[in-house]
Amino acid sequence: MTAAAATPIAVQRVAVDAARLPNHAFGHQSVMWWGTVGIMAIEGTAFALTVFMYFYVWTRVDAWPPDALPPELRWGTLNVAILLASVLPNYYTKRAAERYDLRGVRIGMVVCLLFGAAFIAVRALEFTTLNVSWDTNAYGSAVYLLLGLHTTHLVTDVADTAVLGTLMFTGPLDRSRFVDVSENALYWNFVVAAWLPIYAVLYLMPRWL
Amino acid sequence: MTGFAGRRGGHRRRTTRRIALTPVVFPMAAIAAPLQDALQPAGPQAGHIHALWLLMLGVCALVFVAVVAALLVALRHAPRGDVATAADTQALTRDESTVRRSVGAAIAVSVALLLLLFGATVVTDRALAQLPLTDAVHIRLTGHQWWWEATYDDPEPANVFATANELHVPVGRPVVLSLEASDVIHSFWVPNLHGKKDLIPGRTATIAFRADAPGVYRGQCAEFCGYQHAKMALLVIAESPQQYDQWLARSRASALPPPDATAQRGQQVFLRSTCAMCHAVGGTPANGKHAPDLTHVASRQTLAAGALRNEPAALAAWIIDPQQIKPGANMPAHALAPADLLALVAYLGTLQ
Amino acid sequence: MSADGSAGTLAAHPGRDRPAYSARERYGGWVDEPGLLGALATIDHKRVGVRFITTAFGFFVLGGLLAGLMRLQLSRPDSTLIGPDLYNQLFTVHGTTMMFVFAVPIMQAMGVYFVPLMVGARDIAFPRMIAYAYWVYLFGGAMLFVALALNIGPDAGWFSYTPLAGPQYGVGKRSDFWAQLITFTEVSGLLVAVSVITTIFKLRAPGMTLNRMPLFVWALLITSFMIVFALPSVMMASTALILDRLVGTHFYNQAEGGDALLWQHLFWFFGHPEVYFIFLPGLGFVSTIVGTFSRRPVFGYVAVVLSMIATGFLSFGLWVHHMFATNVPELGKSFFTAASMVIAIPTATQIFCWIATLWTGRIVLKTPLLFVLGFFFILVLGGLTGIMLAAVPLDLQIHDTFFVVAHLHYVLIGGGVFPLFGAFYYWFPKVTGRMLNETLGRWNFWLFFIGFNVAFFPMHILGLQGMPRRVYTYAAESGWGTLNLISSLGAVLIVVSVLLFVINVVRSRRRGTAAGPDPWGASTLEWATSSPPPPGNFHPQLAVNGREPLWEPDGVSGRVDGLTNDPPEVLVTTLLDASPHHRRAVPAPTIWPLLAAIATTVMFVSSIFTPWAVVWGSIPIAIALIAWFWPTREEAAKHRKRELPA
Repeated sequence: MTAAAATPIAVQRVAVDAARLPNHAFGHQSVMWWGTVGIMAIEGTAFALTVFMYFYVWTRVDAWPPDALPPELRWGTLNVAILLASVLPNYYTKRAAERYDLRGVRIGMVVCLLFGAAFIAVRALEFTTLNVSWDTNAYGSAVYLLLGLHTTHLVTDVADTAVLGTLMFTGPLDRSRFVDVSENALYWNFVVAAWLPIYAVLYLMPRWL
Repeated sequence: MTGFAGRRGGHRRRTTRRIALTPVVFPMAAIAAPLQDALQPAGPQAGHIHALWLLMLGVCALVFVAVVAALLVALRHAPRGDVATAADTQALTRDESTVRRSVGAAIAVSVALLLLLFGATVVTDRALAQLPLTDAVHIRLTGHQWWWEATYDDPEPANVFATANELHVPVGRPVVLSLEASDVIHSFWVPNLHGKKDLIPGRTATIAFRADAPGVYRGQCAEFCGYQHAKMALLVIAESPQQYDQWLARSRASALPPPDATAQRGQQVFLRSTCAMCHAVGGTPANGKHAPDLTHVASRQTLAAGALRNEPAALAAWIIDPQQIKPGANMPAHALAPADLLALVAYLGTLQ
Repeated sequence: MSADGSAGTLAAHPGRDRPAYSARERYGGWVDEPGLLGALATIDHKRVGVRFITTAFGFFVLGGLLAGLMRLQLSRPDSTLIGPDLYNQLFTVHGTTMMFVFAVPIMQAMGVYFVPLMVGARDIAFPRMIAYAYWVYLFGGAMLFVALALNIGPDAGWFSYTPLAGPQYGVGKRSDFWAQLITFTEVSGLLVAVSVITTIFKLRAPGMTLNRMPLFVWALLITSFMIVFALPSVMMASTALILDRLVGTHFYNQAEGGDALLWQHLFWFFGHPEVYFIFLPGLGFVSTIVGTFSRRPVFGYVAVVLSMIATGFLSFGLWVHHMFATNVPELGKSFFTAASMVIAIPTATQIFCWIATLWTGRIVLKTPLLFVLGFFFILVLGGLTGIMLAAVPLDLQIHDTFFVVAHLHYVLIGGGVFPLFGAFYYWFPKVTGRMLNETLGRWNFWLFFIGFNVAFFPMHILGLQGMPRRVYTYAAESGWGTLNLISSLGAVLIVVSVLLFVINVVRSRRRGTAAGPDPWGASTLEWATSSPPPPGNFHPQLAVNGREPLWEPDGVSGRVDGLTNDPPEVLVTTLLDASPHHRRAVPAPTIWPLLAAIATTVMFVSSIFTPWAVVWGSIPIAIALIAWFWPTREEAAKHRKRELPA
């Protein structure tokens, strides 16, 4: 046995009694928060790069949009309103989860899902009024990629919310599920926040710049 | 000496399929063996880069030797131990200021040397940008899979002409190439004359150089471009102003009519086969734009972008089946009767 | 405590030495079901980590064999052994394998195994996600080689430039297999990175403040952050490429407003940091080995940490140095020259700190240290040729020549693979409980070192003498034949060396000397548990009080009580100070990560052939993910029992 591996006497001392600690936590103390934020960092970078791609294509031509009208404002702007409004039930659901208020969580998630369904329906309409196709030119390709990337996040987040919402009705439940609801609400904020700059890039920049 | 200049016993012949042909000797000017070597600069651009290389080699070699020496000294100086040796935990709290100063000094020296090298880089960059461009020869180079199209520009439209895979330039005069690509990305690189520049579809790039010594300088495509990237070479032949002017005059002229019956028959074969769909020969109806211009093909040293010596046997083999020499090349095989083939080769041999 | 390492941590609890304890009695929910199902469903980070490392090593051997074929073809001029079509596939799959399927995954895999142990945690964060990441990685790598075996392997280079890889010139599905391989490895890599970051930030042993973390853990932390921010770039690049090829978008089509250079910017924005994904963990290995085999803490801990952080940041500002031959603006290029030179300084700082450590230590010259000495020689040489390449004028001569091939192998093999082999010799005893043979190790090292230099040094000269890269043959008149032959002979030595390593591993697994928990007398926490570590790593978990817990007299300050084995629990601590915050139950092993990975593979591979696969293929994935996530009544009941009274 080497000198370094001799039994350290200090191990007999109890440094921490974990039984006195809770078995879950909300916010940045929780492991789930870090996983969620990690995914947000990844997807946020992906969004930023896609915006870069859009502007890069812009630098290669003079007129913008090239050979096309900008996307129609109405559906995209309506979605801005719906998404911003959805922040309220989302926040309510998050606070309910942090109080372990099961009934509040159930109501909140149903409301969030209704907003999500509305957003997806309007998004489908957005795709029909873009005034360009993905295979028209590189501008069209960039528009579809940006909108498509956000739509993917939207759909998967609504699906996540649906699954988690169902679980909150059927069980089996324990308190860590309330942490999941709280983290899901955090990710919803990300989907909303990501939409604002993308909306500005797709709908407003071609009209203003 | 390195590069394509003969090392042991001169050039080796390419082993191509041998076809029994009456050997015909084509008169060509005596040519020096081609060079392809960044370490033998033949002009100011490559020369500036070579100087930077020497400086960097010297500094980096010194640093490398110093670091390895320090490591070896450390190994010699430190006493030996084994896994049971008690670890020196005092080091966590001990004042190691001498060590810190040494490490700091090493970092400071590294920074200073890096600044030196960065400064030298900036100086070289500026030197490269300051090549005088008065009285330059202007050439438009277009990269294709897997050959080089060159158009010599001139204010007089009648003097503009196209050639392929071989550039002649006058010694002592600057050459400005504008670079475009017709399909994928290629890269123009003639190491004896300058560094490389990419030919990118949708963009026009420029590179300028000057050859100060006569010679044959070989270049190769330096950006992977598909099947025959390895055999997309070009020659830059730097010659005296008088020789260059003679070459220019010959190149501007259309092809002379075929001088004898065999060559006439060859021209007929050329015009009625698929050749004329892709290739052009000035002064004839053949005006294809998809393949090298053949108006003066017999005056070139190589065929197929440097893949073959320009000799009748090689030319015949290439025409019969290019895929044997450059698999993947865009030129199809041709089934020709032997007499037709001989005539065609003879005809092409008259295109000086 | 027993020498066979079966007693868990060094401190055996009184009364617990009865050999009649089965694994499940001793370790509870940490233990997997036996047999094949247990093996497929395991989420034990050590079992998955060993799988990950072994698989990546297998791809290393495959990629090396491809290189061997390339060297065979290039050993003589005008060789007709391998034609251009096969050769282009060989170098593409060699590069793609080494970069995407070997080097980055193996570094992450070493993190998967060793980071939880080194931070004193009982498990990794998100163990099911790690299992999924492994399967996705395995299936993606397999897809690449199946494509090669069917002669439809990608053939546009590992960097897949457009338009050569685009729909017009990249005919067939070859480049689609390449682009989807990227998708597989990026999903895998990103998930592992998030898990490693979370483990390091939230699961450290109590008392392990940030400035007491081992340097290898710092290296993996920084690498994982880099992965999070760089990998999305190649994700977007390859997605756009797939879209161009499959549904007619025009991202890279200059005729419709796209640009071939857009690919290069997106690819290299990822591609440059990628080489540091390989290099930084290598630096972590070097710090670990230098410390242990100098019998002292590495000199300049703070400087080394800051240097690694600086390297991580700076690596994002270098990417245009891969594009110096294009017509991007000249002034911009100078900025990238400066950045590419500045990044040498943090690396130089670490090298000087390590030399100082060796100088003031007591040297134990075992095989791990030999590989580290090889690293010094080879990496420094490679780094210096990197400075040469950083200078635009000089780069314009040597870019895309064999000089770059030499440079990249000197830095990646010198900076990554040599430290990795050192790490193998160092940590093999921990993973298997047996030592690798020292004599074979020395033969392994010297053959690799000599073979490597014989194979790659001549390439510097070949590049300067005009030999471009990615050529399937060259003419005899070039005069390049001799150096190419020498290079190929060096490659043979490398093959022998790796073979010796494999023999060493196979023999030592059965007949190696028993290692015990700490054969090297090292200082970090992985050596405070048995070799191999038990399920759950530490019984009990330890609290620490210093940077070198097994060396310092009060390095281990006590143990953590109150964590159950059923459900298995980990201790979640705070970010900066690692003070205990709460307990967290680890989920049970499950087959769903494997099933989800199969569903993912079906979707990814099908979408090479039809875009509708994305829609239909999502459904099985969604089902598998729901099943994965859905808690069982039993689990929920156990968690409720472990909740504190309100």
